[in-house]
Amino acid sequence: MTDLPWLTILMVVPLVGSLVVAILPSAETAKQTALGISLVTLALGVVAAAQFQTGSGEQFQLVEEHSWIPQFGVSYALGVDGIALTLILLALVLTPVCLLAAWNDLEGEAASGRRVQTYFALMLVLVTFMVGVFAATDVFLFYVFFEAMLIPVYFLIGSFGGAHRRYAAIKFLLFSLLGGLIMLVAVIALYFVGPGGSDGFLVSSLTGLDIDASTEKWLFVGFFIAFAIKAPMWPVHTWLPDAASAAKPATAVLLVGVLDKVGTYGMIRFCLQLFPEASAWATPVVITLAVISILYGAMLAIAQTDFMRLIAFTSVSHFGFIVLGIFAMTSVGGGGAALYMVNHGFSTAALFLIVGMLIYRNYGSQQIGDFGGWQRITPGVAGVFLVACLSALSLPGLSTFVSEFLVFVGTYQRYPVAALVALPAVVLASIYALWMYKRSMTGPRPDLGRFVPDLSLREKVVVAPLIIALLGLGFFPKLALDVIDPAVQQTLTHVDVEDVSAPQATSGSER
Amino acid sequence: MILVNSVLTGAVLTGLPTATPSTFETPDVNWAALSPMLIVMGAGLIGMLFEAFLPRGRRHSAQVILAAAGIVVAFVALVVLAVDNRTVTMGGSVVIDGMSLFLIGALLLFGLLGVLTFAEKFGDDRPDAFTPMGASVPGSSYEAAVARAGLATSEVFPLALISLSGMMMFVSAGDLITMFVALEVLSLPLYVLVGLARRRRLLSQEASLKYFLLGAFASAFFLFGAALLYGYAGTTDLAGIAAAIGSPPPGMEPLLIPAILLVLVGLLFKVGAVPFHSWTPDAYQGAPTPVTGFMAAATKAAAFGAMLRFLYVGVESARWDYRYGVAAIAVLTMVVGAVVSVSQTDVKRLLAYSSVAHAGFILVGVLAFSTLGLRGVLFYALAYGLTTIAAFAVVSTVRQNDSEATNLSQWAGLGQRHPVVAGTFAFLLLAFTGIPLTSGFTAKFAAFAPAVESGTLGTVLVVIGVLASAVTAFVYVRIIVLMYFSDTPTDGVTVAEASPLTTAAIAVGTAATLILGVIPGPVLELAERASELLR
Repeated sequence: MTDLPWLTILMVVPLVGSLVVAILPSAETAKQTALGISLVTLALGVVAAAQFQTGSGEQFQLVEEHSWIPQFGVSYALGVDGIALTLILLALVLTPVCLLAAWNDLEGEAASGRRVQTYFALMLVLVTFMVGVFAATDVFLFYVFFEAMLIPVYFLIGSFGGAHRRYAAIKFLLFSLLGGLIMLVAVIALYFVGPGGSDGFLVSSLTGLDIDASTEKWLFVGFFIAFAIKAPMWPVHTWLPDAASAAKPATAVLLVGVLDKVGTYGMIRFCLQLFPEASAWATPVVITLAVISILYGAMLAIAQTDFMRLIAFTSVSHFGFIVLGIFAMTSVGGGGAALYMVNHGFSTAALFLIVGMLIYRNYGSQQIGDFGGWQRITPGVAGVFLVACLSALSLPGLSTFVSEFLVFVGTYQRYPVAALVALPAVVLASIYALWMYKRSMTGPRPDLGRFVPDLSLREKVVVAPLIIALLGLGFFPKLALDVIDPAVQQTLTHVDVEDVSAPQATSGSER
Repeated sequence: MILVNSVLTGAVLTGLPTATPSTFETPDVNWAALSPMLIVMGAGLIGMLFEAFLPRGRRHSAQVILAAAGIVVAFVALVVLAVDNRTVTMGGSVVIDGMSLFLIGALLLFGLLGVLTFAEKFGDDRPDAFTPMGASVPGSSYEAAVARAGLATSEVFPLALISLSGMMMFVSAGDLITMFVALEVLSLPLYVLVGLARRRRLLSQEASLKYFLLGAFASAFFLFGAALLYGYAGTTDLAGIAAAIGSPPPGMEPLLIPAILLVLVGLLFKVGAVPFHSWTPDAYQGAPTPVTGFMAAATKAAAFGAMLRFLYVGVESARWDYRYGVAAIAVLTMVVGAVVSVSQTDVKRLLAYSSVAHAGFILVGVLAFSTLGLRGVLFYALAYGLTTIAAFAVVSTVRQNDSEATNLSQWAGLGQRHPVVAGTFAFLLLAFTGIPLTSGFTAKFAAFAPAVESGTLGTVLVVIGVLASAVTAFVYVRIIVLMYFSDTPTDGVTVAEASPLTTAAIAVGTAATLILGVIPGPVLELAERASELLR
C-alpha cells in the first residue's frame, strides 16, 4: 500500500478526469463526472494522508523520485511534510465544495457551446497543479507547477468572470508571471551555487548550503518577490481585489483560498529552509511589510462597497498575519501561520461561496448597498453568513481564533513591538466583518416583489463541510497541529543550524 | 554546378596561404560528410531542370515530391553517413562537427515543414501563397492574363532547396570565404521568395527590395570585416585566425576589433538583432506567410550557427575586448523587440518583433561562451524554429474575403468559432511566452542557465531577459484575450480548410513544442553531444 505513488495518483486522477469532462457531450453529465472525480480524489487523498506518520524523522514522506531532465539537474521528486499535506487536503476538500457551489454558475448559457464542460474541466486541472505545487520537492518542478497553474486560472477568470474579467485576468497573469520570471533567475542561480549534477535541484541537495552572503541575499530576494506577489503582500497586492471580484466565487475560493497559499508556503519551504541567513537578514523588512499588510488590508476592507473586493482585502490582511507568523521564526508563530493557512482557506471559502449565493439571488449584483434586511428573507443564508463573518474576525471557538492567537503569541515572543502594532487589526476585523453583515442582512425587510428561496439542499451541502471544519479545528486544533508542528520544527532547525546567535531553540518547548 | 564549383574554388583559394606556394595539393574531400548538403543542392538543381522541361500541369506535384524527397534523403544521409564522419574537410573550409550536424538536421526538418506549407493550395488549383508570375507588374493586364492562363509558381521549391543548402553550408563553414559564399547562397533565393506573395503584391515586392538592399549592405560589412581579418591574420581560416590572436602579428592589433565587429554586423543582420533588425518586420509581413515561417526558423538557426562558429572557434580568445559590445546589442535586441511588439496590430509584424526579442534571448546564451551555452543555443534554435513554423502556418489558415486575416482585430472571438485552431495558436503563443511545459520554457532555461553561470554580466543579461519576457508575455496574452475573451467575433473571418500538408506541418510543430517542453531530456542530450566544435 505504502509503495504506491500516492501523490502522483492524486495528480493523475483529476488530470485524466478533466480530459474526460472536457469531451463529454452533455453539460449535466460533465458536472456530475467532475464532482465524482473530485470526490474520488478526495478519498484517495484521505487514504494517502493515512499513510503519513507524524512521528517520522524524515522531512518528507510519501516520497517519489525519478530523473526528469538530468541535463538540467531536474528530478520529478514529490514528497510532503505536515504543512504540505494539510494544504493538499485543504485543496482536495475545497474542490468538490467549489464544484458543487459552481453548479449553476453558467445557468442560462448552457446553449452556447461547451462552456460548462470547459469550466469544470479547468477547475479539475487546477487540482493537479495544486497538489503538484505543494508536493514538489524539487525546486525546478515547483517552479513548473507555480507557473503552469497560472494558465487555467487565467482562463477561469478571463472566460467565465464578471464585467472586468479581461482586465483582471491580464493583471493577474502579468503580476504572477513577472514575479515568477524574477524567481526563475534565482532558481537558475541556485542550481549553480548548489552541488549541481543530475539531481541538483532537489530541495534536500540545496538545504544547508554554505552560500556566499551577498549571493544568498539576492537569491532570497528573487524568491521572496515572487512569493510576496503571490501571497499577496502590500504593496504588490493590487491584482488580488481585481481578480477576486471579477472571478466567479468558486474560482475566487480556489485562487485565494488555496493557490495564494503557494506564496506563504514557498516562504516556509524555500526562503526559510534554503536561505536561512538571508531570511534572518530580511526579517525586519518582511515583518514591517506584513504589519502594513495586516492593517492596510483591514482598513481597506472596511471601506469596500463590493462584497468580493471586501473579502479580497480581508485576505490581504490575513496573509499579513501568516507572513508575520512565518518570519517570527518561533515554533509557536510558525505553527500558527501554517494552521492559519488552512483555516483561512475554509473561512474565505465560506465567505466567497455564501456571498456567491447572495449574489446569485440578487441577479448578479455584488454591491453591498443592493442588499439590506435579507436576514428576514433568507434566514438560513444569513445564519451561515454570520458564522463566516465571525470566522473572519477570529471569534474564539472558531478555528481562525486559534491560529491568529498563536501567531500573536509567537510574534510577541520575539518581536513584541510588531505584535502590538498589529493588534488593532483585531478590532478592524470586527468592524469590517460585522459591518458587512449589518449592511447586507439587518434592517427592515426589503420589498423585492418576488420570492427569494432560502438555502437549497445543494447549498446546505456546500456550506456544511466548511462550517464543520471551522468549528472542528476551532475546538480540536490539535488534529492539525500534530501534523503541522513537526514540519515547523524541521524548518526552524534549518534556520537554527545556520543562525547560531538567535536564541529561539528553546521557544518550542514553552508551549 | 556553378555553385558547387565556387565552393571548390573557395576551398582551394583558402587552402593556399597555409600550403606551400610552389606545389598544389588537391584538398581531401570527405564526400560522406558533405552528402546531406550535396543532396539538397542537387535536388534544387534538378528542380530547376524540372522547371525547364516538365509540362506545366505536372510541375507542382513533381516539385513538391522532389523537394520533400531530397530533404528526406539528405536527412537519411546525415544520420547514416555524415554522423560518423565528423571531420574538417575540403582544406578546412567545411567543418562537419557536432554543432553543424545538429543544425543541419534542424534545418532539414525546418525545410521539410517549410516545403509542406509552401505546397498548400487551400482547394485552389495552384499554390495559395504565391503569385502565378513574379515578373508581372501588380495590377497589370499581364498579371490578369497570367492568372487566366492558369500559370503557377513552382520555382519556389528549387529556390527553397538552394537556400537551404546555403544555410547548411553556412553552419559548417570553416573559413570566412566559404561563410560568405554560403551567406549569399542562402540569401539570394530568400530575397526572391519574399517578393512572390500572391496578395498585397506591392507590399511583398517592397519587402523584398528592402531585404535585398539591407542584406547587400550587411554582406558588404561582412566581407569588409573578413578582408580586415585576412589582413590581420594572413588567413581567412577560422582556426588560423584563432592562432593569430594567440600570437598577434606585430603592428596589426588595431585591425582586430573593427574586423570582428564588422563580421558580426553581417551575422547579426541575418539574426535580426537590433539595430540591424529594421528589415525584419517588413520582410516578415510582406513575404508569403509560409516563406515567413521558413525564413524565421531556418535563417535564424543558420545565422546563429555561423555566429557560434565565428565567435567560439575564430575569435573567442579576444572576447574580453568585444563582449560588452555584443552584450549591449543583446540588451537592445531584447528590449526593443519586446517593447515595440506591444504596439503592433498585425499578427505577422508582431511575430516579427517577437522573433527579434527571441534573437536577443539566444544572444544571451551565445555570450555565455561555454559548452552549456552552445547547447542552449542549439536547443533554442530548434525549439523556436518548430514553434515558429507552426505559428505562421496557423496564421496562413485564418482568412477573410479569401485573403489572410493578419490584422489583430480580425482574430477577435476566434476561440468561440474555431476552438481547435485558436487553441493551437494559443498554445504556441504560450510557448513563445516561455510558460513551463512548453518548449519555449525549456529553451529559455537552456539559454539563460549558462549565462547565469558565466558570471555577473551574464546574470545581468538574464535579468533583463526575464523582464523583457514579461513584456512579451503581455503581447502574446493580449492575442489570447482577443481570441477567447471577446464577446463579438469579427464577421466573415473563417479558417480555411487546410490540406493534410499544412495540417501535418502544424501538427508536427505543435507536438514538438509540447514534447520538448514535457520530456526535453533526449533532445537536450542530443544537443549536449552536439556541443563540440572542431577546429
